[in-house]
Amino acid sequence: MELLGNLALGFSVASSLANLAFCLIGVILGTLIGVLPGIGATATIAMLLPITFQLEPVSSLIMLAGIYYGAQYGGSTTAILINMPGESSSAVTAIDGYQMARQGRAGTALATAALGSFFAGTVATFLVAIFAPPLTTVALKFGAAEYFSLMVMGLVMSVALAHGSVLKALAMVVLGLLLGMVGTDIYTGTPRFTMGITQYADGLNFVAVAVGVFGIAEILRNLEDEHDRQVMTKNINRLFPTRQEFRQMVGPVLRGTGIGSVLGILPGGGAILASFASYTIEKKVSDRPQDFGKGALAGVAGPESANNAGAQTSFIPLLTLGIPANPVMALMIGAMIIQGIVPGPNVVSEQPALFWGIVASMWIGNLMLVVLNLPLIGLWVKLLSVPYYVLFPIIMAMCSIGVYSVASNAYDLFAVAFFGLLGYVMSKLRCEPAPLLLGFVLGPLLEENLRRAMILSRGDPMTFLTRPISATLLGLSLVVLVLVFLPQIRKRRDEVFTESDA
Amino acid sequence: MAYQKLLGALCATTLLVAPAFAQDFPQRQITMVVPFSAGGPTDTVARLVAERMSADLGQQIIVENIGGAGGTLGAGNVAKAEPDGYTVLLHHIGMATSATLYRNLAYDTLNAFEYVGLVTEVPMVVTARKDFEPADFTAFKDYVKANADTLTLANAGIGAASHLCGMLLMQALEAPLVTVPYKGTGPAMTDLLGGQTDIMCDQTTNTTQQIKGGTIKAYAVTSPERLELFPDLPTAKEGGVETMEFGIWHGIYAPKGTPADATERLSQALQVALADEGVAKAMADLGTAPEPAENATPAALQAKLESEIARWKPVIEAAGIYAD
Repeated sequence: MELLGNLALGFSVASSLANLAFCLIGVILGTLIGVLPGIGATATIAMLLPITFQLEPVSSLIMLAGIYYGAQYGGSTTAILINMPGESSSAVTAIDGYQMARQGRAGTALATAALGSFFAGTVATFLVAIFAPPLTTVALKFGAAEYFSLMVMGLVMSVALAHGSVLKALAMVVLGLLLGMVGTDIYTGTPRFTMGITQYADGLNFVAVAVGVFGIAEILRNLEDEHDRQVMTKNINRLFPTRQEFRQMVGPVLRGTGIGSVLGILPGGGAILASFASYTIEKKVSDRPQDFGKGALAGVAGPESANNAGAQTSFIPLLTLGIPANPVMALMIGAMIIQGIVPGPNVVSEQPALFWGIVASMWIGNLMLVVLNLPLIGLWVKLLSVPYYVLFPIIMAMCSIGVYSVASNAYDLFAVAFFGLLGYVMSKLRCEPAPLLLGFVLGPLLEENLRRAMILSRGDPMTFLTRPISATLLGLSLVVLVLVFLPQIRKRRDEVFTESDA
Repeated sequence: MAYQKLLGALCATTLLVAPAFAQDFPQRQITMVVPFSAGGPTDTVARLVAERMSADLGQQIIVENIGGAGGTLGAGNVAKAEPDGYTVLLHHIGMATSATLYRNLAYDTLNAFEYVGLVTEVPMVVTARKDFEPADFTAFKDYVKANADTLTLANAGIGAASHLCGMLLMQALEAPLVTVPYKGTGPAMTDLLGGQTDIMCDQTTNTTQQIKGGTIKAYAVTSPERLELFPDLPTAKEGGVETMEFGIWHGIYAPKGTPADATERLSQALQVALADEGVAKAMADLGTAPEPAENATPAALQAKLESEIARWKPVIEAAGIYAD
């Protein structure tokens, strides 16, 4: 009953005309910047912060939250249309979404992403409402050892991302891990692999790497083969999924929502894993795993739901602990402080209208996103028919502005260029960028938590097995590993047998 | 031809006259570089004063976050910027400590900047996980000394406020705790909340709400006087640890060569901002207070920077940890 009362309070705050308007402005802005490749939510929120000082605290936070999930959504649009993921979560969407677009099913992919996200957003909002405080207690049980094991599981799963050679996928993961090591070692302060360039002291910029290996590489590849591109733009079919496609969507969306909601709660980077984990699971449970990487609907529906669910539940650590799960959340804390609200464990009880207002606005914002984006799909798809000699330079310019805006660091642009070339070479060698990106994202977390766990346990590696959550996660990784390699081993054995029979 | 030459001459004259512009400073918007990411405590301080300073100057101050390498990237950028008063830097105590922590800085800390003034000095609180045994600071000192080899001390990374405070704590108590560095205050605080680590000493900006919420335990403050916010907490000095009296002071700098009229005008605007009730209230919520007008001056900041570089050099060298 208390919950209903709280939600009613929340909706009464969020549905005031002014707050609805700010929510709408937020999601529109978010969608727009999400669609401009490279310009992320962080840069936009940072730029808009001064404007929000004039607003009521609730209104300004509702607007900023709108930008955040609007951008998450918009980022998927570019991932699907031009293979340009703006955030780590949409890197997975790019794998199958972009293939769907090449087959002329861009509309279906976009609609799937929109509907999946909306469903996941709805469920996750209610999870935040009902379970925020108890879930926080669970999240706090995650220490360094647990995070390390979680990252191990993530890496094991990443192998399943590959749709070609497992060996090449492994090579890409390792390369990603190595690239993730660039920067200052947090334990000793020693710069590693920075080639003496201070601008790389904090590591390579994720957006720069992602835009390079995915987007720029794709543009280079397209330029060498004009014919390919024309095929893609000519047969754009219907925009809305068929009934059969709807049926295919249900399972992945439900599973993705579950995974995303759980991982989003962990403040130490669990949300990063959500879409990767969902993709792995969909590929495993699918009866047509060979379609993954070639435009599988489930490969868009699952990860997109997971990513959006994670985006919502990552508000839990922020609202209940006052601790940001990612840079966007850190900015929102800054916004709260300037508004005179210091985030902390007491916000829920001291500022119920604010807390529940934001929760309710999340759902309203998600609804707005769907209503806003379904009609826009036609427009986005039309973008694909813009001639490449116009589209490509625009994309390149947008990317450069976007990447530069993250930290005003020109060296990030050099990184884009370098990783664009690297991505092109990789595509020539038939190596895939997604495992590389996952290794790049997880590598630093893996190392950081491994070393921290070892410091805390005074160098005793058994800490990973004696802590129950950590041991469970490692056990699960082992199961995944077996599941991934078993079919291959069996196949090889079959091959061996066939040969010896002959 | 003659016309063009005349025009060129005119342009040249304007350029030559430019330094004398400062009577009417500022003519356009000012960029305030914060050498840390947006949303952090330093960024918050910057945005608080920038907004009020803008009103006094009649020109907008834009906060630009150039994070990286412990604040030295942003500081380096400002050191190289046009010395016209339109680019300034808001940096904290790290300006003084990085002079020793980094042995290959791209700028000479004491000779690369002009000074505008001190902004605020954020006190630190010695905290521990909420079920930490000792009841007060005296018991805390004894307990930490006795159990130095089993306790862990969290910090937010090398050069962070919590790292500096941790070094002072360990040197004062002669207790070499196991140090656990994190990437930023957020994850460090999360692990302290979860009881994964034992002790952390951090700014009131990061600890106040958690202490009030009862999720962590506080033992002492590092300010010279007790804080209004926590009247029951003794100062470290009261507790017999005089060397731990310090705060995270913030100052505003301009590139070397910025005309004195411009820095004076900025300093004036800073004093107006710091006298503002709204700014004072927002700072009070964070457990800090604006510097009085006599400290928001170029001379006060210069003296502070010089004395702090001298103070931290031996502390850092004794710890033997560098950030490069």
